[in-house]
Amino acid sequence: MTALLKVEGLAKAYPGVVANDDVSFDIAEGEIHALLGENGAGKSTLVKMIYGLVRPDSGRMVLRGQPYTPAEPRAARAAGVAMVFQHFSLFDALNVAENVALGMENPPPMGHLAERIRAVSEAYGLPLSPERLVGDLSAGERQRVEIVRCLLQDPRLLIMDEPTSVLTPQEVEILFATLRTLAAEGTAILYISHKLEEIRRLCDRATILRRGRVVDSCNPREKSAAQLAEMMVGAKLSVPRRAASAPGEVMLEVAKLSLPSVNPFGTSLRGISFIVHRGEILGIGGVAGNGQDELLSALSGEAIASAGTIRLFGQPIGALGPGARRRIAVLSAPEERLGHAAAPDMSLTENALLTAAIRQGLAERGFLKWPAARAFAQKVIETFDVRTPGPGNVARSLSGGNLQKFVIGREVLQKPEVLVVNQPTWGVDAAAAASIRQALLDLAESGAAVVVISQDLDELMEISDRFAALNEGRLTPARPSRGLTLEEIGLMMGGAHDMEVPHAVG
Amino acid sequence: MDLSAINPVILTASLMVAATPILLAAIGELVVEKSGVLNLGVEGMMIAGAICGFAVAVETGSPALGFLAAALGGAGLALIFGFLTQVLMSNQVATGLALALFGLGLSALIGQRYQGVKPPATARLDLGPLSDIPVLGRVLFSHDPMVYVSLGLVAAVWAFLRVTRAGLILRAVGEGHDAAHALGYKVVRIRLMAIAFGGACAGLGGAYLSLIRVPQWTEGMTAGAGWIALAIVVFASWRAGRVLLGAYLFGGVAVLQLNLQAAGVPVPVEYLSMSPYLITIIVLVIMSSRRGRAAVAAPASLGRVFHASS
Repeated sequence: MTALLKVEGLAKAYPGVVANDDVSFDIAEGEIHALLGENGAGKSTLVKMIYGLVRPDSGRMVLRGQPYTPAEPRAARAAGVAMVFQHFSLFDALNVAENVALGMENPPPMGHLAERIRAVSEAYGLPLSPERLVGDLSAGERQRVEIVRCLLQDPRLLIMDEPTSVLTPQEVEILFATLRTLAAEGTAILYISHKLEEIRRLCDRATILRRGRVVDSCNPREKSAAQLAEMMVGAKLSVPRRAASAPGEVMLEVAKLSLPSVNPFGTSLRGISFIVHRGEILGIGGVAGNGQDELLSALSGEAIASAGTIRLFGQPIGALGPGARRRIAVLSAPEERLGHAAAPDMSLTENALLTAAIRQGLAERGFLKWPAARAFAQKVIETFDVRTPGPGNVARSLSGGNLQKFVIGREVLQKPEVLVVNQPTWGVDAAAAASIRQALLDLAESGAAVVVISQDLDELMEISDRFAALNEGRLTPARPSRGLTLEEIGLMMGGAHDMEVPHAVG
Repeated sequence: MDLSAINPVILTASLMVAATPILLAAIGELVVEKSGVLNLGVEGMMIAGAICGFAVAVETGSPALGFLAAALGGAGLALIFGFLTQVLMSNQVATGLALALFGLGLSALIGQRYQGVKPPATARLDLGPLSDIPVLGRVLFSHDPMVYVSLGLVAAVWAFLRVTRAGLILRAVGEGHDAAHALGYKVVRIRLMAIAFGGACAGLGGAYLSLIRVPQWTEGMTAGAGWIALAIVVFASWRAGRVLLGAYLFGGVAVLQLNLQAAGVPVPVEYLSMSPYLITIIVLVIMSSRRGRAAVAAPASLGRVFHASS
């Protein structure tokens, strides 16, 4: 196979950090090449340089034998390099055709473009209707828009950044079938993902980055997921361990909880019922946007429901606000770290005060007890190995994984009876994710009831005792996690609906 | 009270004249907000345009050069705002308010020599036989050129936003600046152009007041027209056609209020002068209490600071 893209000695430094240092690798035509690494290993910077969003400090790239120095994404697209982004690349208020047109160099007139979108999306088994507003699409459909946008430009190299994080297992199958078809047609694919099993199934070769440098490359099919993870981290990973125990009494009981969504693009909750026992972790899966945020708000008290729908030890608590629920030890950690779980521009001490003031007695007669608050923040930092110079630093200055450890740790240290977390390890590197999961397991073992809402099925299978899935605001009955197959999970998640079997895909 | 003194034909014709300054300012602000920038300094840019246009028209004797200078003056002031908010990333609300006050002060300074001066008259557009059509001719075809320029601008902005690629890119920048940046569009440059266009339109609106509508220079003569223009953009839920409707509605209320006063309607004058502002508030309350698509009509990145993080 001939090399399509050769990257030689690429380096990029930002003030204070070296994002990439002497990175070299190459991609062959028709190859599916994985780029592996923890958060902050320099994967994003590397692909941004290939896509022309960031200019390298030194090094060179060769595309199809020609020197390749894209000054901007436009030049990269013209050279046949396309990219599907993880976030931030679609416009909710514009329709599919307009979104596609924005990512193309010389889009044909709208009517003609709509025809081509239909044709290409049918050919690759990704049905799409060009007139729909992107804001109304599911996560899987949004990704189709991005892929179709790239395909319309006949790319030679397709870069995919974490494409499966928002998809159901069935949607992942469709995507993989499409990618394999593309590879068979000679398109090279640079695939970035945290999901090692997927990389083992899909990719021909993997380049592993650690702290901005290429540390290894391998054929992922010949390695186990654990071996790949160790290559990424550069150390042995401790797998969260759980002690098997019989479930205790019923602590949290939710019965026929229905709540309209406050957000016009949100999902209303419809008749949600479940129970959680002492010492148990209930995992709630589902594709993003099926009511996860709304369920967390209802359980945390941000959204008030009718009293009897949520009960703690049989006492109705549905009508209590967040403060009152914290007082009775029902705590929560929402998904969005910056702006929901933590105030970005306030210090860690202040953020600790915001949720822990009541239970930790950090305020008295309306006055703050700063030394106590600082000590509590310091305790969270030490117990959960949060890497930051100190509790005086603002939340925004922490990396995603470290801030997530702080946010979860802050709640865990308040000794909750019930803890509800949404996406506890989203965008967190492997080592931090393992320690967060361990903390949740330990908390359950110490006698709390834990509800983990997550889109990461591997995570839910690893730590939850029972599993239920959210689908358009409804919750399936919970089933024991042990022994569930991927297919069963997919069906629970409603993977069968809003999907079509890929046709014209071999 | 003698309502028969109100002539609907003259009322309609004068409504168009009264609405033109706010229509010009509002259509410019619409483009600015569509690009995701909230410039609250419309009042300042209008009055800067009013004095720039007035001064140049008086010095050169040419109203056309006056309008050109007004557009340049408004755009210049707007670009100060653009530099502060887009390059130095200052807060848009605070900067916009400061711009409004700065424009008022600056125009008063420049205008000291022009108090009581009479500007050169702007000729009405001679549309020949069209102007002689009864009723319609008086209402539609007997205005000065700027009325038609303003209507043309509304149509042009509508078409620009709806069918051109540049308009699509502008809307995309306003809907999601991070996504637009990721696709390689120059967010800051596009926004600066939109801001300059908005300033030029506001300047034209101001000059229309000082050169045609009033026509003379007095300090603070825009008297809140810039704020009304801002309200109209929201009232119109960011659509060009509705901006026209809103501007004519507010212009109509203003003219009707004068006519009713003249006819001796026994309602205190203050109520009538309050009415356009009250209607704005009521419409805003109705609009924001309605959920669904109307509530999300605002450009998603409106007023948010863009920081290129690549």
